[in-house]
Amino acid sequence: MKNAVFFVLISVLCCLVLAGCHGAVEQNEFVVPKEFDTGKNYEITFWAKNDTNLTQVAIYNDAISEFESIYPNIKVNLRLYTDYRRIYNDVITNISTGTTPNVCITYPDHIATYITGENVVVPLDSLMEHEEYGLGGSKVNFDAPKKEEIIAGFLKECYLGGNCYALPFMRSTEACYVNKTYVEKLGFTLPETLTWDFVWQVCEKACEKDSDGNYILNGQKVLLPFIYKSTDNMMIQMLYQKEAGYSTEKGEILIFNDTAREILTQIAGHTKNGAFSTFKISGYPANFLNAGQCIFAVDSTAGATWMGSNAPLVDISRENLAEFETQVMTVPQFDTENPKMISQGPSVCIFNKEDSGEVLASWLFVQYLLTNRVQIAYSQTEGYVPVTAKAHNSEEYTDYISRSGQDNSLYYDIKIKASRLMTENIDKTFVTPVFNGSASLRDAAGQMIESVTKSVRRHEEVDDGYLDALFEDVTSLYRLDRTGSSHQKQTLGNLPFQAVLLLAALGISWLFIIAYAVVKKVKDTKNSSNY
Amino acid sequence: MKKIFALALVIMLAFLMVACTEPAPVDDNNQVEDQQNQEVTQDDQTTEQDQTPAEEEKVMTYEEYMAAELDSPVVVETFVQAKQSWWQDKATVYTQNSDGAYFIYEMACSEEDYAELVPGTKIKVKGFKSEWSGEIEIVDATFEIMENEIFVANPMDATALLGTDELIAHQNKLVSFSGMTVESIEYKNGEPGDDIYVTLSKDGVSYNFCVEVYLTGTESEVYNTVGTLEAGNTVNVEAFLYWYEGANPHITAIELAE
Repeated sequence: MKNAVFFVLISVLCCLVLAGCHGAVEQNEFVVPKEFDTGKNYEITFWAKNDTNLTQVAIYNDAISEFESIYPNIKVNLRLYTDYRRIYNDVITNISTGTTPNVCITYPDHIATYITGENVVVPLDSLMEHEEYGLGGSKVNFDAPKKEEIIAGFLKECYLGGNCYALPFMRSTEACYVNKTYVEKLGFTLPETLTWDFVWQVCEKACEKDSDGNYILNGQKVLLPFIYKSTDNMMIQMLYQKEAGYSTEKGEILIFNDTAREILTQIAGHTKNGAFSTFKISGYPANFLNAGQCIFAVDSTAGATWMGSNAPLVDISRENLAEFETQVMTVPQFDTENPKMISQGPSVCIFNKEDSGEVLASWLFVQYLLTNRVQIAYSQTEGYVPVTAKAHNSEEYTDYISRSGQDNSLYYDIKIKASRLMTENIDKTFVTPVFNGSASLRDAAGQMIESVTKSVRRHEEVDDGYLDALFEDVTSLYRLDRTGSSHQKQTLGNLPFQAVLLLAALGISWLFIIAYAVVKKVKDTKNSSNY
Repeated sequence: MKKIFALALVIMLAFLMVACTEPAPVDDNNQVEDQQNQEVTQDDQTTEQDQTPAEEEKVMTYEEYMAAELDSPVVVETFVQAKQSWWQDKATVYTQNSDGAYFIYEMACSEEDYAELVPGTKIKVKGFKSEWSGEIEIVDATFEIMENEIFVANPMDATALLGTDELIAHQNKLVSFSGMTVESIEYKNGEPGDDIYVTLSKDGVSYNFCVEVYLTGTESEVYNTVGTLEAGNTVNVEAFLYWYEGANPHITAIELAE
């Protein structure tokens, strides 16, 4: 009896040890339930991002109301953000406490970090293909798109390591919003495709001042000829256009190359002359553009409603608005024959939960976000494009696009031109490789431009020595020596001595236990045979 | 043999204890960055301590600070009035001394140091003067806490300065406006949880105010009181005179005028 108790105790302890070795809070792998239980109530949370645009908020709320009326047993709680980075950080915090949202607007770079936890994010492959509850499945109670109706290039962006971890929600790219009036006033004619050389040339000319220190172009004390909102994108696109390195698919960092040096040196030179600044340093490009204090403002097509003399959304006082003609153009290029621009925009992922029915409820809601109803309405709020061919080809969307400029709200011409810019250049868009650490690499790319620009403004010399130090600092700050494949190499070194000692002790204790059991068994056998 | 068993159990329990410790965090690059930032902060502080008095920069008066060119290095001694946020080892704070006010944006600050920045605390700040959408601020700053001196500003009545060119001279100060009429209250996201855009008028002219959620939080009295206001109410407000494309005071207290 005593032996039996001992063995049970040992077995329980062994199980606990093995369970304990797994450490973090874990979820079981999601398996699609056979049936969605419509008799059970589910409450799911949806963390969404809007562009400080109340129409978008209204569309989210309408979508939720409509979805809840189709599935009365599912309640969707909306939490709103205006910043992707905040969502990312909140998700990270909530992964460790097991309190992630059910559905979340996200970027693939962020998912790459989320999935470092096991079964945290639900792979959507089996869900998408499911005959009954899959995309446009037979038991989906609304007109959802089929998988083949999602634009293939956008869906492809949501695959990580062979699995699909998100669905695209909206797509955009960057546009250069140009004060055409100023360009022509300076004696230039806008080319069909903007080039970097052209932009810098115009900006340098624009920096001329009169004897009172006012800019001749606008007669004001303030003129920032070229402002870039996302310097991350600026550096990435310049590198891609030059076909210089950024990173490999596996996460090898290639960004610290001679082309990056050339780019930074060029930016430094133009900053020194007052031709260039950034959102982080000076403010929103739209505000400077609309006040007649900027010629080239690069921002997302999803920021189009803030751009132009008649912009529906403005942050500066109406009396400070300047009258000018706005041209919506692709971002500047190095090679006009082979233009390249970044594809961006929100995707949506699902977090795993203990109750597979809850995950299925989340999946149904995600599908609802891809219906024409939501896709078209949301795309009309900014220069976004829908992610389904079903929406693109719909009569409603075609009609919307055709009515550019009919008013300065729903049919605001700058916004619709921005959407068309994306639609007409989908084949020229690219995305950067996604891996654990790719979000940091993106930050690092922008940080280099920010640092150089700030340094020049502070009268520091940007030379080879400066760039050497910058590369080193950025590598260290963003731990770029520990991302992707390089990280894996580093973590596969020798085990620390303490770990070896612990593992040896564990092995020895098991040997003792087994030896004891064997000896005991032999003794018992002998004793029983003696009797 | 039982001793061996006991030994084995003790070893296994030891392993259990090890396994029960905090799980390794997700490989979050932000956390990595946090650690990096902490290191940077610590390095900066060490550097400051290593400096001899002769090497220290001259502390500027408010007048000298305002006369300094944008993007130039600045050193000021000032007093914390309110904390707006702490984020990834960066703190944003409103400060003021008897001469003027300084908005310090994302200065290097550990979470422990942030806890010490209570209103009235004197700090010495080294950074760069900058301007973002009209707001004059100190960026890329480091700081050290100075001992034995406290200053908490009383709000300056700036009602008469509304709409005048003189108002900007008091940028970032704690100010008050009395007898203002509520024109509109608009949540940034259409519902409570984020900033509240408040339009108040005086003598028929409208002015933009804001309840900055990072400054007040959503559970504060000011946040909730503003949410109950209706157009036509007359209110007295206290605010930090923030600037965003014009005066955009960040409200810290509000009450219905009698």
